[in-house]
Amino acid sequence: MSGALLALEGVHTHIGAYHILHGVDLEVPRGGLTVLLGRNGAGKTTTLRTIMGLWHASRGRVSFDGADIAALPTPDVARLGIAYVPENMGIFSDLTVEENMALAAREARTAEEIDRARLEWVFGLFPAMKKFWLHPAGLLSGGQKQMLAVARAIVEPRKLLIVDEPTKGLAPAIIQNMMSAFRELKSTDTTILLVEQNFNFARQLGDTVAVMDNGRIVHAGTMAALAEDESLQQRLLGLSLAAHQ
Amino acid sequence: MNAPATTAAAAKPDALPKVRTDLLPLLLVPALALVALPLVGSFPTWVTLTVAGIAMGLIVFIIASGLTLVFGLMDILNFGHGVFIALGAFLATTVLGGMADWTGSQNIFANLTAIFAAMLVAMAAAGAVGMAFERVIIRPVYGQHLKQILITMGGMIVGEELIKAIWGPQAIPLPLPAGLRGAVLIGDAAIEKYRLVAVVVGLAIFGLIFWVLNRTKAGLLIRAGVQDREMVEALGYRIRRLFVGVFVAGSALAGIGGVLWGLFQQSVIPQIGAQVNILIFIVIIIGGLGSAGGSFVGALLVGLLANYTGFLAPKVALFSNILLMVMVLLWRPQGLYPVAKR
Amino acid sequence: MLRSVLSNDFPRSRVLTALLVVIVLGLAFAPFLFPGAKSLSVAAKILVFIVLVASYDLLLGYTGIVSFAHTMFFGIGAYGIAIALARLGPTWGAVAVGVVTGLAVSLVLSFVIGLFSLRVKAIFYAMITLAVAAAFQTLASQLSDFTGGEDGLTFKVPEMLSPGFSLAEEPFLGASLDGKLISYYLLFFVAVALFLVMLRIVNSPFGRVLQAIRENDFRAEALGYRTVIYRTLSNVLGAGFATLAGAMLALWLRYNGPDTSLSFEIMLDILLMVVIGGMGTMYGAIVGSTVFILTQSYLQDLMKLASGGVAHLPAVGGFLSALLSPDRWLLWLGVLFVLSVYYFPTGIVGKLRTRALGGTRRA
Repeated sequence: MSGALLALEGVHTHIGAYHILHGVDLEVPRGGLTVLLGRNGAGKTTTLRTIMGLWHASRGRVSFDGADIAALPTPDVARLGIAYVPENMGIFSDLTVEENMALAAREARTAEEIDRARLEWVFGLFPAMKKFWLHPAGLLSGGQKQMLAVARAIVEPRKLLIVDEPTKGLAPAIIQNMMSAFRELKSTDTTILLVEQNFNFARQLGDTVAVMDNGRIVHAGTMAALAEDESLQQRLLGLSLAAHQ
Repeated sequence: MNAPATTAAAAKPDALPKVRTDLLPLLLVPALALVALPLVGSFPTWVTLTVAGIAMGLIVFIIASGLTLVFGLMDILNFGHGVFIALGAFLATTVLGGMADWTGSQNIFANLTAIFAAMLVAMAAAGAVGMAFERVIIRPVYGQHLKQILITMGGMIVGEELIKAIWGPQAIPLPLPAGLRGAVLIGDAAIEKYRLVAVVVGLAIFGLIFWVLNRTKAGLLIRAGVQDREMVEALGYRIRRLFVGVFVAGSALAGIGGVLWGLFQQSVIPQIGAQVNILIFIVIIIGGLGSAGGSFVGALLVGLLANYTGFLAPKVALFSNILLMVMVLLWRPQGLYPVAKR
Repeated sequence: MLRSVLSNDFPRSRVLTALLVVIVLGLAFAPFLFPGAKSLSVAAKILVFIVLVASYDLLLGYTGIVSFAHTMFFGIGAYGIAIALARLGPTWGAVAVGVVTGLAVSLVLSFVIGLFSLRVKAIFYAMITLAVAAAFQTLASQLSDFTGGEDGLTFKVPEMLSPGFSLAEEPFLGASLDGKLISYYLLFFVAVALFLVMLRIVNSPFGRVLQAIRENDFRAEALGYRTVIYRTLSNVLGAGFATLAGAMLALWLRYNGPDTSLSFEIMLDILLMVVIGGMGTMYGAIVGSTVFILTQSYLQDLMKLASGGVAHLPAVGGFLSALLSPDRWLLWLGVLFVLSVYYFPTGIVGKLRTRALGGTRRA
């Protein structure tokens, strides 16, 4: 398996009167974990939402697995095999953990029809999900909600997993749990695209990296190269890096 | 956005949150009934009023459930919902009028067959008109609140006028089938037969709605969509289709509710839709916009209160609903069961 | 001079300017141009509705609030005059008491409703006002000792305004100089004054904030404007002007009842006039009211003809003639309303202004 699973070429996105993305070029290699870095407001979330069709690109190409998906409605994008965890986690708080998972499993009509082995594997990654299976998701803690959001995204195998800031606001212990979950996921050859502010977390997981600023990709390469090159880090990520280390 | 409490709560991930179902609003219903008992004074009268209130509440719930779910799913409030109620009620006059042999009979089963036939016709017609209404009136103005209110109100005017053109502007009597007239005595309490029928039919439909919402995937999608439409789409479900389905089902239910309401009033006027509209708006505001369970509680409260105050102080009865709404909103500004939206 | 009278808000279209001048001149000289009791009544109704519709546009067009309780305030104004004159006798003092009491009731009521429900979504407000207006209408017909119930109140107006009063024996330019004529001109000048005040309000800094809220309430809030307060103020202002319009109506009719000032049909008429004239422009109220009220009778006459014409058609004749019956004119207005919200959301004034703009660009 090689080549890009997802590729954006010259993507522009407008939200109302605002021009947010100014020609984004991004490649997400098959089977690897790509991290999208950048300061607040650089356009990371907009990029993810454009991929998902939640906002539509006004110009440019978004191709996934060979197909142009720029104009597709969100459900069709998802059905091509993309799982998406938004920044706000998108938890249905009035629904139980079970119901949240059953929704994410498109093939299952009820929770009983979710692939048992797959579910046990998810429980292995996030034991809290099993424990709170019948509880309303709104009662989970912030960290547990984030786990549920990721668990939901992987309850059925997907080609690409997109997660917007999985570590945002989480305590160190939970971040460790997240980290090992992503390591396990990487070992299953799932292609992953992460938006992260936490460079430490990103460095330990990422294979490739892209850095955004002002609605453009300003750097793309391997994570190893960026991790080596402190002056490049300094230039691309500025002071935010020091804060995270 | 994470809740502010995130960090603190995340520090002890194994803390077991308690399962807490908010039963307080539900308890309002028996509480209201109990408060009314000493005020009414006589136990048999109280039973009569309570059954009437529950019957009315269930009919109102049938009508309101679709409206509140449509609002929850797509943020659309259909001011034209009343058209489907009126359509159902007028179709009932035609169907029951055409089945004179069945309605004139003393045989209750023949009577019920006629009523069910009317409900089926009303359901089909209101559903079909609902589909057209969604396509023509509502679809072009998604996401534009101001236009939605104006357009659906316009749809209401046109619908009401069309009904006048078909059935005439005057009131049409809708007598109960012969075998369902009068009351049965249970102990000392006289309970009108039709109200019992309405309670049974209402509970059956409530059960069906409850089952669909809580036991089927479609229901799961509806409940999820009410909270976060975008996320349901991101999970790969085409919510548009779901919405059209809910809209059509909601219209069909309003049609059925129209049949039951018309028989409840035993007379039908073209303005019936606009009148009931106001009642169901109050109900869904009380219940919390978008919450089917909330509108159930709200409908029962409104039904009971209308019957108690109608007996105790008829002049106050006309405002009791508004007073109830004000009190509920002072207690819970978003209604009894606010839908968690992000 | 003109600039300051019109608050620097010109019609900005030659056709619109011509139309407005024709309407205003027509109304100003109506008693002489269109003699007869019927046409004077129509002209007076137009004057009342210009104020009423403009006050509603303050809410709908300028602030983006949908209220279904506007007739309630209209009714309060009318009942204020009716009750005061019926109880205190036909004096100017009673008129003043009626207007002031009506205004006070409306202002308090609109303030309470506003504070209570304007914090939430537009839809919420629309629903609550619908319910409140329905309750108020019931209240008005229930309190029959006070309001005359369903029958309403007939009362005498100050002598100068009553039809029996006469300025001169001889008719002047074909119009008799009686109390009716004085009433008409009282209405006319009050309407002009109220309209210019509203024009001033919407073009003031306050009016600009209202429009900012309509466009984007989050941004307006972010800029530091307390949107609830502005919305409530706009609501109170709209209610106040509607009350005055109600007082004008009652003085003219010397009668008030639930059907003349409180009914939901009037609410629909107002909506139609605002949309047809053009939301978010005061001139729309003038054009909308005039066009609507003139059509109201004209359309009904036309439909009478059409209905008779198709009645003989076989099979569909009955239904078609029912559709075209003058009693069903609201049906066609409803259709017109829906179509204008879709295709014509800026109304006549908006269309004319866009055309004028296109013209200058091409030139």
